[in-house]
Amino acid sequence: MKEISSAIQIIPLEYYIFLSVTLFSIGVMGILFRRNIIAILMCLELMFNSVNLLLTAFSAYHSDPSGQVFVFFIMIVAAAEVAVGLSIVVMMKRNVESVDINLLNRLKW
Amino acid sequence: MVEAVPYINLTWLVPAFPLLGFLVTGLANKRLKHNQAGIIASAMVLFSFIISVVLFFALKSSGQSSATVTLFNWIAIGGMNIPFALLIDHLSLTMMLIVTGVGALIHIYSIGYMHDDERVNSFFAQMNLFTFSMLFLVMGANYLVLFIGWEGVGLCSYLLIGFWFKNPAYNYAARKAFIMNRIGDLGFILGIILLFFTFKTVTFSEVFSQAANFQSGAPVITLITILLLVGAVGKSAQIPLFTWLPDAMAGPTPVSALIHAATMVTAGIYMIARSSILYNLAPVTLNIIIVIGLATALMAAIIGLKQNDIKKVLAYSTVSQLGYMFLALGLGAYSTGVFHVTTHAFFKALLFLGAGSVIHAMGGEQDIRKMGGLRKKMPITYFTFLAATLAISGIPPFSGFFSKDMILNKAFEHNIIVYVLALAGALLTCFYMFRLLYLVFFGEQRLAGVHPHESPKVMTIPLFILSVLSVFGGFLNIPALFGGNSSFSTFLQSSVVSKITEEMSHSTEIGLIVVSLSLLSLVVLFAYRTFVKNAVVPAADGVPMSLLSRVITNKFYIDEIYSFVFEKPLDYLSDFFFNKIENKVLDPAVDEVGVVTARLGTVLRKLQQGNMSFYFFAMVAGILLFIVFILTV
Repeated sequence: MKEISSAIQIIPLEYYIFLSVTLFSIGVMGILFRRNIIAILMCLELMFNSVNLLLTAFSAYHSDPSGQVFVFFIMIVAAAEVAVGLSIVVMMKRNVESVDINLLNRLKW
Repeated sequence: MVEAVPYINLTWLVPAFPLLGFLVTGLANKRLKHNQAGIIASAMVLFSFIISVVLFFALKSSGQSSATVTLFNWIAIGGMNIPFALLIDHLSLTMMLIVTGVGALIHIYSIGYMHDDERVNSFFAQMNLFTFSMLFLVMGANYLVLFIGWEGVGLCSYLLIGFWFKNPAYNYAARKAFIMNRIGDLGFILGIILLFFTFKTVTFSEVFSQAANFQSGAPVITLITILLLVGAVGKSAQIPLFTWLPDAMAGPTPVSALIHAATMVTAGIYMIARSSILYNLAPVTLNIIIVIGLATALMAAIIGLKQNDIKKVLAYSTVSQLGYMFLALGLGAYSTGVFHVTTHAFFKALLFLGAGSVIHAMGGEQDIRKMGGLRKKMPITYFTFLAATLAISGIPPFSGFFSKDMILNKAFEHNIIVYVLALAGALLTCFYMFRLLYLVFFGEQRLAGVHPHESPKVMTIPLFILSVLSVFGGFLNIPALFGGNSSFSTFLQSSVVSKITEEMSHSTEIGLIVVSLSLLSLVVLFAYRTFVKNAVVPAADGVPMSLLSRVITNKFYIDEIYSFVFEKPLDYLSDFFFNKIENKVLDPAVDEVGVVTARLGTVLRKLQQGNMSFYFFAMVAGILLFIVFILTV
């Protein structure tokens, strides 16, 4: 534990922040501009993990393990979410023969 | 360690029996046959009476003056500690014996009187509930328990006045009684709050021991006593809150006898007598009580002269007698007031039950102008009614003589004007009572087609017992003049602190009695000449009258004045708020909120196109805006 956190601390904190902001922005952009639902799900994962990265980095710098505990929770939730999301994708492919989200526009008003 | 009073553990049974009776007759309402409910209810009150008698002798033999029975700890929050306790002392025992004794007789009488009523089971349930509440009222060891009973009897009074609820006028009378009482109760509860604020306790014994620290005439004590007095004025039907009692005659006659003559209306007198120590510290309040009592006694007696409904006459007579009790309280002669409560309970219950018997015989007719000649047809009712009339008129040796004479004596000691007015009231009482007696029982029967008959035994036996009490009840408290030792007043001394102790000389006393007796006999003779010899029958409704008699017949227009001063402005205000504020401002405003929201919805729902990309965009844009907002502000 001690070694890992000192290894993390070799890289300055700002770098972690820049990296995760970049990853997060890529995720947001992907969600906004992609129409393929699988790509959107992947972008979602990207955002999750950028947050995880940040949590881990802060946790190490503050010598507070609760941040890392939180990361595990996020991973579990993300796994569950992916299971649900991918099954929706499968059902969508079966029913409308496509993975384009713009086809799913009947739920309105 | 004082020795415990024997049988004191039975105390809780006294209110428990009527409660049980209420639950049985109330819950098994549909299953009980005729008479069963009445027998159960009467038995329960009789049991309470027996236990009260046992407690009376137990307390006497133990040599103690009071005993407190704590049933459970009721309210204990911070410094506030109010146990649910019952107090057994000479005052509460007196009231308990009246409530259960007279109450039991009236219950038994009701078996006969209410026999043909279809809701007879509900009637007895409510009567038992009333007895239960009334017992709590007189047995409570602090003002809060007293207040429970106080409200309970108010509720039962409302229920029983409106017992024949199919008649709208009766419902109106019930509501009137309830609302008038409520006005008084507001004062009473404020009094209790102020009392608690001042003494940090509401238990009688603690309040009274602390009251010794206050000087006579202390403003806070005066305020407390006045607030409590407001409650008593409402409950005991004194000016200005007396108009509900005559209307309360809408209830069945036994109800009038039990609630509106013998017990509930004396609750105010009981409460003031109980608080005698506080009232002794407030001379101002005592003077107010004298004025209220005297004014009520006179006014009600004058109105009683012109009433033609047999129960209304008795109702105004009750108001008038309650005025006398207030007068006694105001003079500081609390035990005399309670003594008049006792004798009044006997003879007024008897008068009402006798009136009930007459009404029963006349097939529901209550107008005395249509009665007459009932002496031969209903001998038992006649003789018992006669005994009660003699008692209430204050003719020796009947019970009313002793109690009323004592009040007049105290009035004479206090102030000659008070005495003269009180004596005038007593003469008026005598006149209207004999007017009633002569019109109902003498002369010829004036209503054709009715065949009056004597009431059944179940009704006449209570009449008989009550008449014995009315005749001999006065011997409980024979003054020193007649070789007695005022045993009743002495008995009450441990719980009621009377203000006046000096004895007047016997020669003065004899003089006063001679004066009042000679005047009384003149009045009786005058009534005899008018209503028997000359057979004058009061004029029918609608016949033109002189201004004075019109004012009296219309009860001094008190109801009309109240209606003009209080009801009309309130009605107008309600109309204004309903038609102008509610209908023109509030309702449209509330409607408009809904309409605007709905319109907004029709516009905004167009945004929801089902396009997920747009939703994502809106979400991200929203979050960004939010972040920008947080960072800039």
